[in-house]
Amino acid sequence: MITGPANESRDPSAGLLRVVDVKTHFRTERGTVRAVDGVSFTLDRGRTLGIVGESGSGKSVLSRSIMGLLPGKNVVRGGHVFYEGIDIVGFDKHQMRHVWGSEMSMVFQDPMTSLNPVMKIGKQITESLHEHLKMDSQEAADTALALLSSVGIPEPAARLQEYPHQLSGGMRQRVVIAIALACGPKVLFADEPTTALDVTVQAQILNLLQQQQHERHMAMILVTHDLGVVAGRSHEIAVMYAGKVVEHAPTASLFANVRMPYTEALLSSIPRIENPSHTRLDVIGGRPPDLVSPPPGCGFAPRCKYAQPRCVQEPPPLIESEFPGHSYRCFYPVGTPANLEAYQRNITAGRSATGLPVEAPVTIGAGGRL
Amino acid sequence: MPEQSPENGAGEPPFSFPSDAATSTTATITRIEVPDVPEEDKVKKTLGPVFWIAAGWVGLILLLAILAPVLPIPSPTLQVKDCGQPFCNRLPPGPGHIFGTDQNARDIFSRIIWGGRVSMSVGVASIAIGLLVGSTIGIIAGYFRGTVDLVLMAISDILLAFPPLLLALAIVSFRDSRTAANVVMAIAIVSIPPIARLVRANTLTFTQREFVLASRTLGASHLRVIVKEVLPNVMLPIFSFAIIGVAIAIIAEGGLAFLGLSVQPPTPTWGDMISFGAKILEDHPHVALIPCAVMFITILSLNLAGDRVREYLDVKDSVL
Amino acid sequence: MRLLWKRLAQLVVVLLATTFLSYLMLSLLPGDTADVLCGLGCTPEQKAEVRREYGLDKPIPLRYGIWLGNAVRGDLGTSATSQVRVAESLRQRLPVTLELVLYAEIIAFAIGIPSGLLAAQRSGGIFDRLSTTFAFAALSAPPFVLAPILVLLFAVTIKIFPATGYEALDPLTKLQEGGIGNMLGNIFANLRSLFLPALILALAEAAVYLRLLRTDLISTLQEDYIQMAKAKGLSPRRVLLRHAFRPSTFSLITVAGLNVGRLIGGTLIVESIFALNGLGSYVVTSILKRDYIPVLGGLVVIVTGFVLVNFAVDMLYAVLDPRIRHARAIA
Repeated sequence: MITGPANESRDPSAGLLRVVDVKTHFRTERGTVRAVDGVSFTLDRGRTLGIVGESGSGKSVLSRSIMGLLPGKNVVRGGHVFYEGIDIVGFDKHQMRHVWGSEMSMVFQDPMTSLNPVMKIGKQITESLHEHLKMDSQEAADTALALLSSVGIPEPAARLQEYPHQLSGGMRQRVVIAIALACGPKVLFADEPTTALDVTVQAQILNLLQQQQHERHMAMILVTHDLGVVAGRSHEIAVMYAGKVVEHAPTASLFANVRMPYTEALLSSIPRIENPSHTRLDVIGGRPPDLVSPPPGCGFAPRCKYAQPRCVQEPPPLIESEFPGHSYRCFYPVGTPANLEAYQRNITAGRSATGLPVEAPVTIGAGGRL
Repeated sequence: MPEQSPENGAGEPPFSFPSDAATSTTATITRIEVPDVPEEDKVKKTLGPVFWIAAGWVGLILLLAILAPVLPIPSPTLQVKDCGQPFCNRLPPGPGHIFGTDQNARDIFSRIIWGGRVSMSVGVASIAIGLLVGSTIGIIAGYFRGTVDLVLMAISDILLAFPPLLLALAIVSFRDSRTAANVVMAIAIVSIPPIARLVRANTLTFTQREFVLASRTLGASHLRVIVKEVLPNVMLPIFSFAIIGVAIAIIAEGGLAFLGLSVQPPTPTWGDMISFGAKILEDHPHVALIPCAVMFITILSLNLAGDRVREYLDVKDSVL
Repeated sequence: MRLLWKRLAQLVVVLLATTFLSYLMLSLLPGDTADVLCGLGCTPEQKAEVRREYGLDKPIPLRYGIWLGNAVRGDLGTSATSQVRVAESLRQRLPVTLELVLYAEIIAFAIGIPSGLLAAQRSGGIFDRLSTTFAFAALSAPPFVLAPILVLLFAVTIKIFPATGYEALDPLTKLQEGGIGNMLGNIFANLRSLFLPALILALAEAAVYLRLLRTDLISTLQEDYIQMAKAKGLSPRRVLLRHAFRPSTFSLITVAGLNVGRLIGGTLIVESIFALNGLGSYVVTSILKRDYIPVLGGLVVIVTGFVLVNFAVDMLYAVLDPRIRHARAIA
């Protein structure tokens, strides 16, 4: 069923998707923006990777960069993306067309803008069926109908003849998912698939994605700014900050053994049901660093209550922890004596090495965990 | 009213809110050394050589037009007799008369310069009047909204329902004598509705911005808000439009002149020269082609300069 | 349907207002209409007689009402200089101008749309830059500048298109007279005779369409649904034509409607250069002769046509954009 020019050298045993040191830089009026700065991971069929980060962390650019969907001008791409053993970074647009839709596809963030407003829904689904699977009109129409019912759209036959504006946001996102699934991709990217939706339908859409991923045995990359979204739905989580993965771990390990102060801060900014009401949420003060001229050291140092002089001077490498598959970028990882020592030093000084005021916590919080 | 400078208008509100913890931490972050961005990575914004060449040409035409009475050139209405032949009409371009002469043996170079006087003064004056009246109407309509807006825009819609050249033609024929002032008036009237529409649209977006609301809440008078807040912001895009507007006005004057409905002959105009020369196009093409070329280069220069200024000021692309 | 009725009511109001304004303008013109009607050597008594006869002594709104009543019945008065009925002259001349405007629009779209698509597909590329240069040149060459140059080139030097003369379009008569060959010959001769004037009018329009379509396409190509169409693995050609093109044509169509006004202005000039007996030359010669009844008739017909074109453009939106079609009412 696959008609790519690279067919002959495909090697499914090499793993489905291997991303090695992917870099994506944008040239702008202000200078080069290092949106993604060396990201690596691997992903197999049936697995879900959650990519978490605040806006501007490069998480959306990363998924577009892996898929090769970035504009051609003023973009510098580096690194390798091995899909079934073949590096697709060197693929031209023509070769990528055999990957898009049929091998990898994407569910975009905003269903209000990701469907063509002047084209009927049926047409928007069937056109990729014609393109990749060479279906005739009748076959494509039947498949579209089946797709719409599989994503839980009521009265699918009537919907095929409608335009996007006649559907609600949640229904539109189901259509977008149906389009993404149409040609049976092996990798599904979901870029903040619920951010633009009402809270009430967010869970439905996430459940739908999870169910489809499971049934179709796909690899899924779920990009979100909300740790809560990926918590129960991904096998592993990569936390991104300033274009880099700062912590990568199996989901359970990440929540149980958080090492990166940034992840810790993200976790403590999630409201928890078990907390008494009116508990103050910790917010992460400050902003991510300017990606045009990133500071020489750790990008999170200016906002980190544990920051030491070393954090400002050299960038921390990705360090393997004692837990399997769990790595992080920090000299003073949370939950270690080094961290506790650094924290104590900052409390005594009243400020971190970057000048952030640091006070002793009223009760021992997450930082004191050992 | 607290002191506030109009230049901060377009961006942030003119108030400084007490800075919260977040902003104060970012302030300390900036202590970290920022390395200089390498030059080749930046895209610099300049007017560019195209603008200066175009502006140079327009400047030259303007200068020649202003200096026409004192330049050592023959009168544009004088019949040339010094060519050493019995008849000096339809001379090709040559050393004595660099652009040659027309059917009536008049020096084309001199007529080009004097014609430029008409084109330039009509173009600039009519757009100046059009801008003055059009912007006033547009700002009033956009600022006060309501009935005033409704009435003014209804009138402008009706005027816009007339093809512009036809309307100018009808207005020009109002008067018995076709002086430059009448032509200016006709073109100015035709230019008012589109300018008023453009200014109104800009005013609408600005009056809804918080800094304008803020000054009103602080008790500033309408006049003060219009002059201090609305005008500076609305006029910037209008300025880049004005240069292209002059080009459009020169085309309109040329069209009227070509039809024999601009300034009365024998005053030379480019449009009239083209129309006159077109009669002998086959045998003496230079008589028509020289004013054609000058007119083309002038309009092209104005269009290019206007476009560069628009890009430089970062005004959204309007319909060319 | 409610939208349609609302638009129709607006249309009637605009038409009344424009015809009244035209009437008012020409009534206030210098040079008493009675002088022209009465002729040379007219005594004050005769002039007063003429005034009464033509109703010129009545107030303007009343005169407008009478004129309008006659106009809707097809009577636009009689030319004072030629004694020919205005409606009759207009009927003869309208087809020429109509064909010229339509021909020019077709040429403009034929040049503007493909080049706009090509320019937007590779914005910043060689074709894009060339087309920008062309657009600036075309916009800076008004018909009276372009005409002498193109006439010299095509009619005098290479002699492929005539500089003057109009072959009337009359395929049905020709078909009866001499069969299909004759009919095609007539159509070809007609299109050839109007090609230069139409091209002169079309170039500036083509430039506007090119630039508008290019700008709109470039911004449409940034839309999420274009990213999504790309991510489906469709060919760039299909993404451009099936997904990006239609949503990018809205301002193109608006401006095409509005620019019919500029095209009509252009016909005034082009008709006089190429000696075409159309509406434009009729109005211009009547103005020069100070014969205002034909001017009024011509003006009203042109303005009505222009208003109707823009009405049609408004309606066309509903066809192109399903969001408008389904909206209950839009202001």
